[in-house]
Amino acid sequence: MKKIFIDPPNSMILFDIVERLGHEPLSTMAALQERVDNLEIDMPPMNVTLDDVISGLKYAGIEVPSGIRGRLATWGPHIDEADAAIVMAEAPYSFGCVGCERSNEMVKYLLRRRGIPVLWVEYPGDKEAAMRMLEKTKEFLGGLE
Amino acid sequence: MIKIAQLSCGTEYSSVQSEIEKAAFSVGGKMVYPDVGADDIDAAVKEFGFNPRSPQLKLMIARAVQLAKGVYDADAVFIATCFRCAEAALVRNELRRYIQEHTKLPVVTYSFTERMKSAQLLTRMEALVTIVSRKELLARERQTGLTAGLDSGSSTTKALVMKDNKIIGKAWMPSYDVVESATTVLNQALEQAGYKLKDLEAIGTTGYGRFTLGRHFDAKLVQEELTVNSKGAVWLADRQKGEATILDIGGMDNKAITVRDGVPDNFTMGGVCAGASGRFLEMTANRLKIDVTELGKLAEKGDWRNAKMNSYCSIFGIQDLVTSLGEGKAFEDVAAAACHSVAEQVYEQQLQEIDIRRPIIQVGGTSLISGLVKEVGSVLGEMPIVPPDSQYIGAVGGALLSSGFLM
Repeated sequence: MKKIFIDPPNSMILFDIVERLGHEPLSTMAALQERVDNLEIDMPPMNVTLDDVISGLKYAGIEVPSGIRGRLATWGPHIDEADAAIVMAEAPYSFGCVGCERSNEMVKYLLRRRGIPVLWVEYPGDKEAAMRMLEKTKEFLGGLE
Repeated sequence: MIKIAQLSCGTEYSSVQSEIEKAAFSVGGKMVYPDVGADDIDAAVKEFGFNPRSPQLKLMIARAVQLAKGVYDADAVFIATCFRCAEAALVRNELRRYIQEHTKLPVVTYSFTERMKSAQLLTRMEALVTIVSRKELLARERQTGLTAGLDSGSSTTKALVMKDNKIIGKAWMPSYDVVESATTVLNQALEQAGYKLKDLEAIGTTGYGRFTLGRHFDAKLVQEELTVNSKGAVWLADRQKGEATILDIGGMDNKAITVRDGVPDNFTMGGVCAGASGRFLEMTANRLKIDVTELGKLAEKGDWRNAKMNSYCSIFGIQDLVTSLGEGKAFEDVAAAACHSVAEQVYEQQLQEIDIRRPIIQVGGTSLISGLVKEVGSVLGEMPIVPPDSQYIGAVGGALLSSGFLM
């Protein structure tokens, strides 16, 4: 079982595909769940704290807006520990979205910089394309073993 | 509860969302989030005409369109985005303009960092709530009875006594202990007016120390300085009807407020850098070994172009000043450069966040520094009106509005 970072990191569909194919998806949901479950943190709605935003400095400098650093602090550690990643380009908001395009770009860059295997797929426009995407994903994840 | 619609990007990932909600709640407001369907977003962005890359900015636009169309009901609007995000800054300002063009809702904009705390938002939120909940009081144009206003500012404390729409006593002093400073100036103002404290029918307090003074003097009105100063400014300038922009360059923060019939509908309050505040002019005067009251006249005689001073920071600004003096520049030119630097920064950092409406009324203690007023006029291309007693706006507003509580 490999740790797979998914992008958009809050995509339930990508999460489900990776899990069904026997791997561990690294997602925003998991990152936020850890924070929400921690009763000592009271920073609703997502329990992203000032310390998190400061720890985001590992990924982007102080001149970078706080919202980007907070986002990178949330899933940056997952990028660091991932064995591979699946990135879906041009996905609609309902598929998964993190709100900030600069953060999206930085996530893709961090993945490239790590040099781990990454599957780049386009959002499927119809059923056939979706089947092809699933096949490619299956093949990619299978090849990681 | 006053419903304040939040249009924002990045608050939940910057650890500031709970601070925003805390600030609103503490002044009787509640943050609300206009409902938007996923399908509405593209249509709203198309209608708005600006297509940002970031989805959360698209969501902000869709929420604004819901407000503009009256689909979602709110009393005021708070627009906030991350400090230093260029895309968000463009959207923030254009949305503010869009909301003002399509609704009558009061709007405040803010760019936050992860360090923002609820206290920094308190005055802005309080002003939004006041504008909505005290419409009748803010419409008041004449002072009645015998009332006093106390303005506890960061640099100076002011007291003013009014009777039947006339100023009959006033005094100010540098701020130290909040209650002692206010007691001293109030006693002086009362002595001038020929009355005792017990004769006053109502007191209104504003400024940083307003809550402490409100409790101490059992004030009928305890209100933030944005709405109180606006009322004081239009009363003093005799511009109660129509539109105007009020510019108050304070000791610690600056306020730029647009008003319609004396009631604010948009304001910006900055305090990020002391280089754009009255405090910098005080530091300049100290370095020139003159009293700050003499700085304006000196600056009027000088030409800012002859001395370099274009730093955004008061410390670096003073370094520029020291360098200029070391190079043998004339005191007049250095004083003019300091005034120009403050005027330019207020223009660049704050006045870009509102749509300036004529006339511009410059008030507050720094409006007595004639060199600064001249430079503000030169930067804006129009000389501001400086009404008489312009440093007493807060106290006048307090006396005027508190008379609204008399039976």
